[in-house]
Amino acid sequence: MSTDTISYKEIIWNGIWKNNAGIVTLLGLCPLLAVSATVVNGVSLGLATALVMACSNGAVSVVRSWVPNEIRIPVFILIIAVLVTIIQLVMNAYMQPLYLVLGIFVPLIVVNCNVLGRAEAFASKNPVAPSVVDGFMVGFGLTLTLGVLGAMREIFGKGTLFSGIDLALGEPAKGLVITVFPDYQGFLLAILPPGAFLGLGLLIAGKNWIDQRGERLGARG
Amino acid sequence: MTTSILRHASASAGILTAFAVVGTALLAATYLVTRPIIAETEKQAKLALIGQILPATLYDNDLLKDAALLPPARELGNRDPTTVYRAVKEGKPFAAVLEVIAPDGYSGKIRMIVAIRADGEVSGVRVVTHNETPGLGDYIEIAKNSWIRIFEGKSLSKFTAQEWKVKKDGGKFEHMAGATVTPRAVVKAVHKSLKYFAANQDNIFSLAANTQEQAK
Repeated sequence: MSTDTISYKEIIWNGIWKNNAGIVTLLGLCPLLAVSATVVNGVSLGLATALVMACSNGAVSVVRSWVPNEIRIPVFILIIAVLVTIIQLVMNAYMQPLYLVLGIFVPLIVVNCNVLGRAEAFASKNPVAPSVVDGFMVGFGLTLTLGVLGAMREIFGKGTLFSGIDLALGEPAKGLVITVFPDYQGFLLAILPPGAFLGLGLLIAGKNWIDQRGERLGARG
Repeated sequence: MTTSILRHASASAGILTAFAVVGTALLAATYLVTRPIIAETEKQAKLALIGQILPATLYDNDLLKDAALLPPARELGNRDPTTVYRAVKEGKPFAAVLEVIAPDGYSGKIRMIVAIRADGEVSGVRVVTHNETPGLGDYIEIAKNSWIRIFEGKSLSKFTAQEWKVKKDGGKFEHMAGATVTPRAVVKAVHKSLKYFAANQDNIFSLAANTQEQAK
């Protein structure tokens, strides 16, 4: 990929739809399945990942010409680990309740293979600006998947939407919680990890259906 | 040939070291900036949690300053010294907040704080952390259910040892269908902490304040 062929439109489309980390490349599933029990948890971790990816891609792209090929992986990991730890400290300081909910999955962003994957596959070969966009968009695609999966699981599992939003935005945001089914008894399967697998399966099937339908219509038209 | 390999290797090592130094410096700076904020947030969170089971209007001392370290005790379920917060009203002991661990939850330890008034009655109990099954055992969390308030006002003199059990075991404490292990562990731990308090009450209130909490 050389500089003159980079198209931002393509980067964005790849990140959000065509190579969506959550439902196409299926990378970084550990946090995806664990924290997507509610929209707020899923989107929060997704955004934290997107932020790390934008920063790490940017940093990797800046230093790419000074890093000898054989030590590039340790250097990339070092950059990613530093960024994640900084985000972890900042979250702990300013959004502690959310930090406690996301727990171990914040430091685990370090080993999310999407982050190193994009640093290695894109940022180490491209200029800063497209690298930042690429990192953020792949992370944003993951965030969208986590958000949709979280919404599905939360509606079916708890009968609410946006529960726990006060953890991220503070006490006043409590009014934003939507109760979809009042007096809902809850559906445990959706909240537990198997619900995440089932939901993810449905999302992948849905995406494939939309893609194939698009192809059929395209062939006919 | 050998020298060029050496030169190349040492250049790589130098670059890696440089990255490590810059990275560490960045982390150290962030840590120094966020440390006081994190400590303050944690303190507020702790006070807020204690405030739920021991209203701040009922005592007149600074709880976090009047904390002391208790030696490990089997009744409290711990192997390390734990902090006890002593509430004092007009110079007289009013209540103590103990950190208690129920070691036998369905999935591991359940950490709780138990506030006990000087007359031996439970002022309140809250679960701090647990790994119980979501939707089944997690009703011990105040955010999910008010079950944990069942202990308020209970004491050793009101219930006998046999009554300090969940209903299923012939005791007096209600629990929800489907999850008995979790409430059994919580009831047991609260009962043990009351016994501990009864046996060590004088000691708890006479311990010198140890403000290691702030130094940490």
